[in-house]
Order: sequence, then C-alpha cells, then structure tokens
Amino acid sequence: MKFKLKIWRQKNAKAKGYFEDFDVDNISPDTSFLEMLDILNNNLISAGKEPVAFDHDCREGICGMCSLYINGRAHGPDEDITTCQLHMRKFKDGDLITVEPWRSAAFPVVKDLVVNRNAFDQILQAGGFVSVNTGGVPDGNTIPISKLDADEAMDASACIGCGACVATCKNGSAMLFVAARVSALAKLPQGKVEAQQRAKAMVAKMDELGFGSCTNTQACQAECPKGISIAHIARLNREFLCAKLKD
Amino acid sequence: MSLSGLFLMIFLVVHVSLNLTALFSSKAYLAACEFMDTNLLVQVMVPVLALGFIVHIICSIIVTLRNQTARPVKYLVVNKAAASSWASKNMFVLGVIVLGFLGLHFFHFWAKMQLQHILGQEGANAYNLLIELFSKWYYCVLYIVWVIALYFHISHGFWSAFQSIGINNSKWLPRLQIIAKIYAIVVTLAFISIPIYFFFGIHFFGLQKLIIYHVQLGS
Ligand code: HEM
Ligand code: SF4
Ligand code: FES
Repeated sequence: MKFKLKIWRQKNAKAKGYFEDFDVDNISPDTSFLEMLDILNNNLISAGKEPVAFDHDCREGICGMCSLYINGRAHGPDEDITTCQLHMRKFKDGDLITVEPWRSAAFPVVKDLVVNRNAFDQILQAGGFVSVNTGGVPDGNTIPISKLDADEAMDASACIGCGACVATCKNGSAMLFVAARVSALAKLPQGKVEAQQRAKAMVAKMDELGFGSCTNTQACQAECPKGISIAHIARLNREFLCAKLKD
Repeated sequence: MSLSGLFLMIFLVVHVSLNLTALFSSKAYLAACEFMDTNLLVQVMVPVLALGFIVHIICSIIVTLRNQTARPVKYLVVNKAAASSWASKNMFVLGVIVLGFLGLHFFHFWAKMQLQHILGQEGANAYNLLIELFSKWYYCVLYIVWVIALYFHISHGFWSAFQSIGINNSKWLPRLQIIAKIYAIVVTLAFISIPIYFFFGIHFFGLQKLIIYHVQLGS
C-alpha cells in the first residue's frame, strides 16, 4: 500500500512547529501504524534526514505510551484500541493521513509527536494512592468484596494513562482519567476510606495544571482504548461534592 | 451550574403549564396570570428565579472561557463523528440563543404586564398580547427557533445536570438520557403549541373575532 503522510514537526518545546509531507510506499496491509512510521524513519535516516519522534513502548496495547491524533481521532480510526494496535488495513490505498500530537495546555510538545504527560503523574501523586495502614498481606478472599464491586473496580483499573481522553475532549479535561483512578480505589475496602479526600485532591491538581472542566460531552469514553465509562465520572463527582460539603 | 440548570428546568415546567391554559380559554389564561400576579410564593420566587438565571449565566461564561484556554494549539483535522452529541458541544451558543429570546420576551410580555404593575399602572391584557404577537408570522418563527434551541439545550442539560452532581451510574446513564429526551420533547411541544394554535386559529379559523369579543367582555 501507498500513503501520503502529513506529520507535525517541532524541533523542541520552544520551537515553532509545522506540518511536513511524506510519501511511503510498499507497506503491507498487516503493518501496524507504528511499524509504518518505523519504515518511514528508516527511509529518512538512510536519506540523512531527521527521523520523526513519536512515543511507544510495549506495542501491545497495555502500557499507554503510544499516542498520536490520526486523521482527527485519538489513536486513529478503530474502536477500543491504542495506536500500536492499529493496522494499515484500516486505511485505503493512497490515503492522506494527518498525524498530530495530543493537543493540551497540560501536555506540552517535547519534540515532533512526543508530548510530556507528566501532568498525569502529578495528579496521581496528589491522591491516586492508598495511605491508610492496611496491615500485612491477608490470605486470598479473606476480605469479602462483592463480584459487582470487584468488576467495577477492575473495569476502572484498566486505564493505562494514555491521555486519549484529554486529547479528544473539546475542553481538554482529564476527568475520565481521574475518575478511573478514583473509582477503582473507591470500590475497594482499602481505598474507600480516603475516597472523598482523594477526589478533592486530584481534582484540585487537575485544575491547577491547566486541564479544562468536564461538560459531559462523552467524547472521552468514545475514544478511550480501554472503554472506561463516564459512569465513573458520576462517582468522582459524587465523592468530590461530599468532600466539599464536609468542608 | 448543574443546580441552577435543574432549577431553571423546573421553572420551565411551571411556565409552560401556565402558557397551556391559553389553549383552553381566555378566562383560564387570565385567571392564571392573575394568580401569578398576586400569589405570595410567586412574588418570593421571582427574584430567586432572576438569581438562578444570573448564576447559571455567570458560571457558563466562566466555564466556557476557562475551557477555551485548555487547548491553545488547535488540531488541523478533527473528526466530527466522535460520539458526542452536537448539543453537548454547543451548549454556550444554544444558551445565548435562549438568552436572546429572553430579552425579546421581556420586551414584549414582561415590560407590558409585570413592569406596568410595578409602576402602579394597569397592565396590558395578557390574552390580547398573545393575539397581537402570535398573529405575526415572523414572531411565531422567532419563537419556534428559540424553542428548538431550548430543546437541544435541555435534551443534553437534563441528564448532564444529574451526572454533574453525581446522581448517575452505568445503569441510570441510558435511562436518564431517554428521560432527558422525553422531558425536552414534552416541554418543547408544549411551548410550540401556543404560537401554532394562535397563528392558525387567527388566520384560518376566525379565532380573533371570538377572542376580541371575549376580551371586551372581560375588560
Ligand atoms: C431556561 C433556560 C435554561 C435552562 C433550563 C438551562 C438548563 C441547563 C442545564 C440543566 C445544564 C446542565 C448543567 C450541568 O451539566 O451541570 C445547562 C448547561 C449549560 N447552560 Fe444552560 N439553561 C438555560 C439557559 C442558559 C443560558 C441563558 C445560558 C447562557 C448564555 C446557558 C448556558 C449554559 C452552558 C454554557 C452550559 C454548559 C456548561 C456545563 O455543562 O457545565 N444556559 N443548562
Ligand atoms: S481513561 Fe482511557 S483514554 Fe483516558 S488515560 Fe485512561 S485509558 Fe487513556
Ligand atoms: S505502545 Fe504500549 S500501549 Fe501502545
């Protein structure tokens, strides 16, 4: 297959960026999107040019490192997957593919398509943990947790911190990411104790870092590779309001 | 935002129920107006309502402006198909259309009725006003445009408000979204029925004659 690529180039965080056009040829339909970029970079290096910088790590959809806004969608034109799981068979031969980095005030571009998602770490450091004493490791199943609660906590824990929710949200809000963390912990006995304080601290940090406010557009859950539901945002709002009422 | 929105949605129901009395008879409508003019609870609620609007509008401006700074560099390509509703992305524009009509509404109804009472003068006959305004096609069209904007605003706003105050979960999310549609459709149709009834009544069924006779008797 053959493609025309329009890719965002930016030397460093301070430099002014621009779009650069490339052509790639001889791509098998079963090539993954990142492999296609590897092929492009190989060509660029052979031609003595600067390769395109992009983030990636596991390449199996579990680490959350790959990003990319492809033809106007986070992680490209397929449902419930990350960019490393996207294959070129999802495009038509000869397609023009526009590739942009995540755009958010809180995720500054480091180089080309690489953005700094350290803001997510800061939000987690503000409260995304359990700090009450939970004692030694108990035997399995000694703490009764209903199947429903366990399932919901598990669904929320599936968040890989990729940032597609922020990239997609018209308000650049990180609510789905924060909600996933708050929900995963609030549903389990050890995490429940601090649920309200955690919600308050994480939301305060999110606001401070320049993420927008949620207006329930639902774009995040449509693009989340892990299918995290906005129902978790309702729980976050609940915990947050309870914490505020107690102040 | 959500609390003021919920409050305004309750107000809409009260308002439209009163409007609907005009479909039954001029007497019922005038009695409803009389009740609103004299009832003590209503008098107390009027400033609260004004405050509700002000809070809602100020919050909406703050949220909208703040959210605009969260993405300083825009995307070159945005795929419109991303599964969020059109209404949810345009709440501010829809709100401004609603607000624009509110101004017109104040000029045409409030200034001629309530303001006159405040000034200690006899207000215009409320039923006469309806005939006068809704006999004009362009006023009917404006009114319907307003109601359509309102429809989109509340069809999203209804469930969004519950989500914002945390009264929602995965079971209730789809249910609330259906209830929101039903609420919005009922309120919208109720509002639209008034200009349609009067416009067609006046121009095709001689409603005007009957009404003028009624009003003359009444006043
Ligand atoms: C009768 C009139 C109105 C009703 C019943 C109403 C109702 C609502 C409701 C229920 C919400 C959802 C709140 C939430 O998600 O937390 C909302 C959101 C919103 N409204 Fe209104 N509204 C009205 C008039 C207006 C006006 C006049 C404006 C502004 C000029 C406005 C601007 C907005 C904006 C920008 C939002 C989105 C903000 C957000 O979701 O947090 N509304 N409205
Ligand atoms: S909620 Fe979904 S889209 Fe957002 S960071 Fe987590 S996995 Fe990515
Ligand atoms: S590289 Fe790990 S999720 Fe894509």
